[in-house]
Amino acid sequence: MMRFLLLFSRQGKLRLQKWFTPIPEREKKKIIRDMTTMVLARQPRSCNFLHWKDLKIIYKRYASLYFCLAIENQENELLALEVIHRYVELLDKYFGNVCELDIIFNFEKAYFILDEFLLGGEIQETSKQVVNRCIESSDMLQEYYCEGETDFPGTWRKYHGGVYEQTCILTCGLKGIEITAGEEYRSRMYCI
Amino acid sequence: MSPSVPLQEMIRAIRSARTQCEERGVIQRECAAIRAQFRQADNGGRSHNLAKLLYVHMLGYPAHFGQMECVRMIASPRYSEKRVGYLGAMMLLDEKQDASLLITNSIKNDLSHSNQYVQSLALCTLACMGSAEMCRDLAPEIDRLLRASNSYIKKKAALCAVHIVRKVHELGELFAPAARSLLAEKNHGVLHGAVVLITELCERNPETLERFRKTVPDLVQIMKGLVISGYSPEHDVAGVSDPFLQVRILRLLRILGRNNEAASDAMNDLLAQVATNTDSTKTVGNAVLYETVLTVLDIKSESGLRVLAVNILGRFLLNNDRNIRYIAMTSLQRIVGTDHNAVQRHRGTIVDCLKDQDASVKRRALELSLALVSATNIRSMMKELLLFLSSCPLELRSQAASGIFNAAERYAPSQRWHIDTILHVLTTAGGDVRDETVPNLIQLITNTSELHCYTVHKLYRALLSDISQQSLVQVACWCIGEYGDLLLRGECQETEPVQVTEDDVLDALETVLQSHMSAPATRGFALTATMKLSTRITDNVDRIRSIVSIYGSCIDVELQQRAVEYNALFKKYDHMRAAVLERMPVIEKNSPGHTNGESTREAVKEVQPAKVKQAETLLPQQPANQVCDLLDLLGGSEEPLQSNPAVGSTVPVLPISTSSTAGGDLLDLLGGLEPTPLTPAPTVTVYEKSGVTLTLSREKQSDSGLTVTLTASNSTDSDISSFTLQAAVPKSVQLHMKAPSGDSLPARGAAKVTQMVVLSNPNKVNLKMRIRISYTSQGSAFQDTVQVDSFPEH
Repeated sequence: MMRFLLLFSRQGKLRLQKWFTPIPEREKKKIIRDMTTMVLARQPRSCNFLHWKDLKIIYKRYASLYFCLAIENQENELLALEVIHRYVELLDKYFGNVCELDIIFNFEKAYFILDEFLLGGEIQETSKQVVNRCIESSDMLQEYYCEGETDFPGTWRKYHGGVYEQTCILTCGLKGIEITAGEEYRSRMYCI
Repeated sequence: MSPSVPLQEMIRAIRSARTQCEERGVIQRECAAIRAQFRQADNGGRSHNLAKLLYVHMLGYPAHFGQMECVRMIASPRYSEKRVGYLGAMMLLDEKQDASLLITNSIKNDLSHSNQYVQSLALCTLACMGSAEMCRDLAPEIDRLLRASNSYIKKKAALCAVHIVRKVHELGELFAPAARSLLAEKNHGVLHGAVVLITELCERNPETLERFRKTVPDLVQIMKGLVISGYSPEHDVAGVSDPFLQVRILRLLRILGRNNEAASDAMNDLLAQVATNTDSTKTVGNAVLYETVLTVLDIKSESGLRVLAVNILGRFLLNNDRNIRYIAMTSLQRIVGTDHNAVQRHRGTIVDCLKDQDASVKRRALELSLALVSATNIRSMMKELLLFLSSCPLELRSQAASGIFNAAERYAPSQRWHIDTILHVLTTAGGDVRDETVPNLIQLITNTSELHCYTVHKLYRALLSDISQQSLVQVACWCIGEYGDLLLRGECQETEPVQVTEDDVLDALETVLQSHMSAPATRGFALTATMKLSTRITDNVDRIRSIVSIYGSCIDVELQQRAVEYNALFKKYDHMRAAVLERMPVIEKNSPGHTNGESTREAVKEVQPAKVKQAETLLPQQPANQVCDLLDLLGGSEEPLQSNPAVGSTVPVLPISTSSTAGGDLLDLLGGLEPTPLTPAPTVTVYEKSGVTLTLSREKQSDSGLTVTLTASNSTDSDISSFTLQAAVPKSVQLHMKAPSGDSLPARGAAKVTQMVVLSNPNKVNLKMRIRISYTSQGSAFQDTVQVDSFPEH
């Protein structure tokens, strides 16, 4: 299983931390310090795998962010690299050309996406499209769900890529939502 | 979804703070505002406040006051608040906090919520931070969800079950049937979850493993479907269909096929197919191939398949990607024990990897290279390893050095090569070698008597060039001390002759003695070496005398003690100096409980009369421990008991080079009890055998001790020479043996040998003494032991 996932910048500032085992607060801080020092000290074209205590540390740098994943000894390191890559792809799809600022200002969304992809230290869903759909449905639910209401109201706003767009929904319901295009936006979303 | 504007404003404010102090100020204000808001009644901004708090927490500031708010928000009916509440619970609460128990009820309710996203929140939180009690409480719920829900929930429930099994092992039984049925699902997410759950159950419980072996055909079927099927947009990653699921299934197959012929047979074809069909140009393909190789090597696969697997690893080794090379070496390390020859074929590539820039790759290459060293390739491998040692990163140095030593010891083609190699390592990485290297090397050198000249020349040269590597300097000093005469003779077959004068040698040793780089132990070596040279050189004995007397007032206690003893050797016991400082005999390998280097030094010290430290007897009940005490005390098993300096004797009083039974001798000594009958008389005969008689008479007695005299006489027809007595007493008693009157017993009792022994017994324990008698008669040596249990009373 995976033990923890950390995202930090080139200056060592933490942007996301996900722990899959219960660890005391002080221990967490120490681990974060160790990881940042170890990973930031690595040469640019070196191997992406490290050994730390009894865990394997897989790290990869994407632009200005380091993704650092700790796995147990029997796990497959190359697959862990793929896990990191998949997560970046999910973030990219959601935010549209994701950059570090997106993750800083919308950190809770980054967590929600992660929680749809990994669970309890294991991969939860292997299909990108399914994860994306789930996130979007949950987001819609967050916008509109109130106790007692099962139908979504007619109009809703979506924040996408920095522009507020307004679209009309002609039909909606829990089983499927079709949206006609606003001026710049067209989308089709399904709830599972 | 609209962003939380208050949150983003706060983030902006924090980021624009120019100093740490300013940032702290902003955060404190915000936290105060958040705390105030928490205390207020429900307003619309609760989720924003909690989100702000979570951000502050991620920056490293304390946020424990948000825990109760999390609990409240989880119970809220609004989804937005639940979402942030659960996120807060996962970040701020863990199973050690008391507040975590409070959310158990909320989780239970949410697990049966009508909306699947709310259910998923509860499942996610349970899988992330569920404590053992929560798991026990909610396990039946999870089981229900595993069976009767949509696939979205099923996949989450499966991973939740995995977490529960990890926390509470006994509940594994509960989930086994549901897990079995999940394998029939089509949804990849659910399949993946099911495979993970089955893996977890099988790893924990061998009986469950047996039961799940029946699923091997199903798994093989699923795998085949993934490998053969065409392009599937949902799951394709660079040409491989759902690599995550493939890897998990391969891992499960590995566990099921281990040690089981039938299961291994069932998967042979599949593994061959995966190994050959998977595209290895991208990392994903290599990930699947890697897992396949690991599986093949672990189960009882047929030999063709194994060869295929090792070939794949060989291909990995030649890959440009460092990561692939790294994992290839990791896998080869695992099989180097079993498939040694197969791995040997790739030795060249592995040795090349020693020169790689990357530290992780270097480490793996070093371990693998050391494992591949064998008698045939030792010379070439050692060249490479020594080259590596001179340029390797610091953290690998000691590992490399000890690996080289082991390899050299096992496969050295010749003694000279061995010594050369060790010297090379000491010169390059002397600071990182282990402590027992020095005595091991010394022992090796004494064993190769034909190379003494060569060795001492080489070491002398090394000493001249660099005195900072302590191990090297210690060995060099010892050799110069021992074989200084060979050094001064100047000629040597193996190396070029070089003229070394006595002054040069003494200069070198003095440099070591005075250098601030020398450790105390090294200086001890140097001083002893200087002393030894006094018998091997002719002209500069006075210089040595002066050096030794200077150190008689050295601050270092060890050096001072030695210098004082050596001084005494010069003054009072000059007649014995030659004998004491003679050439060391060959040290036997693997004598128990000591280091050779220590013992040689200690033994030389031991014979000094000024410091007669008596051996202490061991109570028969604990011979083993006490043997070690004894050995430690004396520093070596060579000199088990204190022997007296024999007057004018030519027998070296140096360590007896008996074998590893030296420790055994000691035990024998203790084991052989020969009680003599008590005679309540001032003089008692303690030993009478083969014509040699030993009597003990009491001279005087004080409150805390007594003085006795041992008298020996010889009633045989032949002379006895080299007669020595050794004695041992109980622990708290102190023994002091004065010099004997002589060491030869002429025949027919013509003369006697007497020796006075002072015993001090402050604790008034029962006085016992064990005496060992050794002598030579008619050309053969005799030895015997006698125990004196009671001393004559007045």
